Amino acid sequence: MTLEQRGALAPAERATRLIGGDLTEKSLRLHLEGLPGVDAVGLEQRAADLGSRSIKTTSKAWALDRIIALIDLTTLEGADTPGKVRSLVAKAVTPDASDPTTPHVAAVCVYGDMVPYALDALGAAHATGHASGQHDDGIRIAAVATAFPSGRASLPVKLADTADAVAAGADEIDMVIDRGAFLSGRYGLVFDQIVAVKDACRRDDGTYAHLKVILETGELTTYDNVRRASWLAILAGGDFIKTSTGKVAPAATLPVTLLMLEVVRDWYRLAGERIGVKPAGGIRTSKDAIKYLVTVAETVGQEWLQPQLFRFGASSLLNDVLLQRQKLTTGHYSGPDYVTMD
Amino acid sequence: MTHLAVSKTYKLYIGGKFPRSESGRTYEVVSTKGVFIANAARASRKDARDAVVAARAAIVGWAGATGYNRGQVLYRIAELLEGRREQFVAEIVASEGGTSAAATRQVDAAIDVWVWYAGWADKYVQVAGNGNPVSGPYFNLSTPEPTGVVAIVAPQGAGSLIGLVSVVAPALVSGNTVVVIASESAPLSAISLGEVLATSDVPGGVVNILTGSPAEIAPWLATHADVNGLDLAGAESLEWVDLQISAAETLTRVLPPVVGVPSPSLERIVAFTETKTVWHTKSLI
Repeated sequence: MTLEQRGALAPAERATRLIGGDLTEKSLRLHLEGLPGVDAVGLEQRAADLGSRSIKTTSKAWALDRIIALIDLTTLEGADTPGKVRSLVAKAVTPDASDPTTPHVAAVCVYGDMVPYALDALGAAHATGHASGQHDDGIRIAAVATAFPSGRASLPVKLADTADAVAAGADEIDMVIDRGAFLSGRYGLVFDQIVAVKDACRRDDGTYAHLKVILETGELTTYDNVRRASWLAILAGGDFIKTSTGKVAPAATLPVTLLMLEVVRDWYRLAGERIGVKPAGGIRTSKDAIKYLVTVAETVGQEWLQPQLFRFGASSLLNDVLLQRQKLTTGHYSGPDYVTMD
Repeated sequence: MTHLAVSKTYKLYIGGKFPRSESGRTYEVVSTKGVFIANAARASRKDARDAVVAARAAIVGWAGATGYNRGQVLYRIAELLEGRREQFVAEIVASEGGTSAAATRQVDAAIDVWVWYAGWADKYVQVAGNGNPVSGPYFNLSTPEPTGVVAIVAPQGAGSLIGLVSVVAPALVSGNTVVVIASESAPLSAISLGEVLATSDVPGGVVNILTGSPAEIAPWLATHADVNGLDLAGAESLEWVDLQISAAETLTRVLPPVVGVPSPSLERIVAFTETKTVWHTKSLI
């Protein structure tokens, strides 16, 4: 084996386009480490500023409905059962039984072994068109894969995990990157794994399941690392970049999401390609979620506020949004007795 | 060196903390002769909303404590009130007028009422509960359990401290948590009572005290779906029938207004309880 071969990376269309045919560990490192550093103070101030907008009355009503339509309703517990997944799906289809005008959520997010139960429970409510390109009105099934949440498994195991979920009917795969490898500077390894997982997302008919790449920003420690990981995930072919697994604190924060949105905006300007962003974990109130909507609209533009390009990974958020929605429609405050328990 | 008087900022008491009103509003509290005493916070509907959230979160701990433990915690408040008598006397004289002897009598009466209710915490179940005769080999027992979050309009007339204590204490005895709108004209002793509660063993959120206009806040609490009981003791001058009607929309228990200060009674404790009935086999075969 020659040195050049050892340094060579799996070909990914986007990376070849940006870096050129000479795709090696070294060229990737030069590119990622050559990214300008993040102005942390400026970033946090900008995020705090975006979080201070006042959204009221009709704008708030619009925002609440949009938030629901952008939620990936999630259950990722060791204690998950088929019954729990069925009740999650029921809530995804009809979030508020007292008000049929409530929109349904974008997707349900479960562990890979729960995909068949989610598929069965969704029935006709399941999205029919495949993930690539068009987006119909149905609810999608997202499965976490690649030894979620730690990502500590060998590559064949991760690929088998992914292929299994896709074969079971998952429309979207939420993969985790190998943070250990990333933090020790082995960008090429992380890159290759994302490319391989993307390949494992291929269905028999040649279409691909949507790939969301979880950066687990809470473990990346610096904003510079978040920016590098975002670029890395996009270059390797990710359709979405996602902040966190929800199992590590801090999970999604507004500054980190803003930073990732900026990368997505830069990529759109550079390559004309729209990448999605999914903050997950720690977003529990409508007030927080509205801050994210404002940040998206102000950073990448309002066209990103659709399920193909922006999602909230959340479970308890939905109940809070429903309570706010009931307050707006009935004119008096509602209580937790009027939404389902999770 | 001359001493500059440092006047106190009277704020709300919500969830064990003393926030200003979210609306930033205040109003002037004046004596019966119209002399300015202090600025108090004028609570808004959102303060009421926050108070209900805090009260709801405090239910598990407070209702889950044993009656004996609740009695001890309530008794300790009486101990602290005793130590602060002079402050309460001074505030009552300033805002309600009258002699300091009369104010002292009111504070003493308030402490007595508090102790009286504290004693019921581990006893009211025995009195209000029941063993029911049934035609089968079962024990059939009915016991009262706390209703949940109780919103209270405190008496608005003379006797601001005794009035407040006489409506808050009975709701607390069984394990309810409370959101109370204090006397609008004399709210100072209510916030000082909040300071007593904050330094006692009562968990934050069990008692939440709002100052401001009952006419403005009470409708929001009456229609609030997460409020389980509504005590309109001091709501006589409000459109209280409307409040009762809107409370009925979400099956809230309602006590009607009373004239003056309600006297201590077991009925006020039992008014905000639900009856639970259990069956138990008498013996195993």
